[in-house]
Amino acid sequence: MNFMGYTRPDGGVGVRNHLLVLPSVVCASDVAARIALQLNGAVYVTHQHGCAQLPSDSAQTKRTLVGFGANPNVAACIVVGLGCETIQAKDVADEIAKMTAKPVVYLSIQEEGGTLNAIARGVRIGREMLAELSLMRREEHPISKLILGLECGGSDAWSGLSANPAVGNASDRLIRAGGTSILSETQEMIGAEHLLARRAASPEVAERLFAVVRRAEEGALADGVDIRLANPTPGNRQGGLTTLEEKSLGCISKAGLEAPLQEILGFSERPTRRGLIFMDTPGHDIESITGMVAGGAQVIFFTTGRGTCTGCPIAPVIKVCSNSPTFERMRDNMDADAGPIIEGKKTIDEIGGELFDEMLKVASGRSTKSEDLGYGSFAINRIGPTQ
Amino acid sequence: MTFNAHSVTEKDDVASVVCDIAPGETVTMQRRSGTLALTAVTAIPAGHKIALRDFRAGESVIKYGEVIGAASEDISKGAHVHVHNLEGLRGRGDKR
Repeated sequence: MNFMGYTRPDGGVGVRNHLLVLPSVVCASDVAARIALQLNGAVYVTHQHGCAQLPSDSAQTKRTLVGFGANPNVAACIVVGLGCETIQAKDVADEIAKMTAKPVVYLSIQEEGGTLNAIARGVRIGREMLAELSLMRREEHPISKLILGLECGGSDAWSGLSANPAVGNASDRLIRAGGTSILSETQEMIGAEHLLARRAASPEVAERLFAVVRRAEEGALADGVDIRLANPTPGNRQGGLTTLEEKSLGCISKAGLEAPLQEILGFSERPTRRGLIFMDTPGHDIESITGMVAGGAQVIFFTTGRGTCTGCPIAPVIKVCSNSPTFERMRDNMDADAGPIIEGKKTIDEIGGELFDEMLKVASGRSTKSEDLGYGSFAINRIGPTQ
Repeated sequence: MTFNAHSVTEKDDVASVVCDIAPGETVTMQRRSGTLALTAVTAIPAGHKIALRDFRAGESVIKYGEVIGAASEDISKGAHVHVHNLEGLRGRGDKR
């Protein structure tokens, strides 16, 4: 089974062909945005980090920025720094180039002599890159080259009965064909981790899964609060979800029924195995998607019951709605409806098959609603306070 | 026959209702062992859970064949099960 994607120098395959303008530090965010806005076809992210961070936190921020630039959906990248920051633009650019051999250029606002000079140089470099990108063509690739990210957000009681198991069905199909799926959101494993651990490929993988879930639970225990103050959210509760255990049991059905769990990754780390992977991320949708895309995911399935609108600047996000009333109300944001499962009109296997076909079309170029609406949601998970 | 509730596994002792249910209304669902019907004793909003049996306070509540929490008060068969009478058992720093 094949899809049409862009061949990258390192053997990776992009499902999109983006020029990404990436600030290495918060101080360069405005310049990065202005460079990208001048270039028809460029995308950018902004963030609040890159300086005044403890080493472990800084390392995670840098790994995420490098991973975003290294994602095969990015054809070329301009990294913008201020000049005096901890996470230097040059280092980020060098690492991306070393990992992928794709065209990467960095610029420093202080070296360029201020905002206007930096913007002008960035736009000139970007225009040349876009001209090169415009000549690239999609080629046929096996779907073993695909990494799918699995996300749920704004869940309701139907998410775990329709959209999540249908996405899980599509994920099982992808993995059977040699592809890879990343499940994430560690807090939403609490109460369901034993089920996923039974599918671990080795005792070490099971142990590591229990360890990361224990750490996620420890946060609430150490704070002396009921975790339900944070999760399930007010919208989840209104939608019929009562406890975190209930939400988690629905959440893990995105991982399908059969694929063995191969590996546990830290936030924004790259998989070293194929098949089902778990990434240790927060339940925060944008941070979780950012982590998986920085880890190399080219396509995201995002299930929702309440209806969520967010996307990702460099990866298509396919929204799968758990129920038809929300699908109809939020049609502008939803790509697929799993509601017929609730109404008994279609089976999980039928919708799973449709989602799998849709994923191949999206991987081959069909745009999703969040792309059409220009969503650029991006958030880096912090593991230390700002200094 | 149309059903107005979903029960995930045979072990489950709560089910999710498809539409808003009024007290006295009949709630039906398809289970592997056959059709299950019971009478709602409270109002239950769409997507929320109905108790399929009587619970004593402290008893585990099962959905997806797994424990999703414990009854925080006695719950009658046919009643709405939600945050007012069901509490999570994990991540309870407040009970440490």
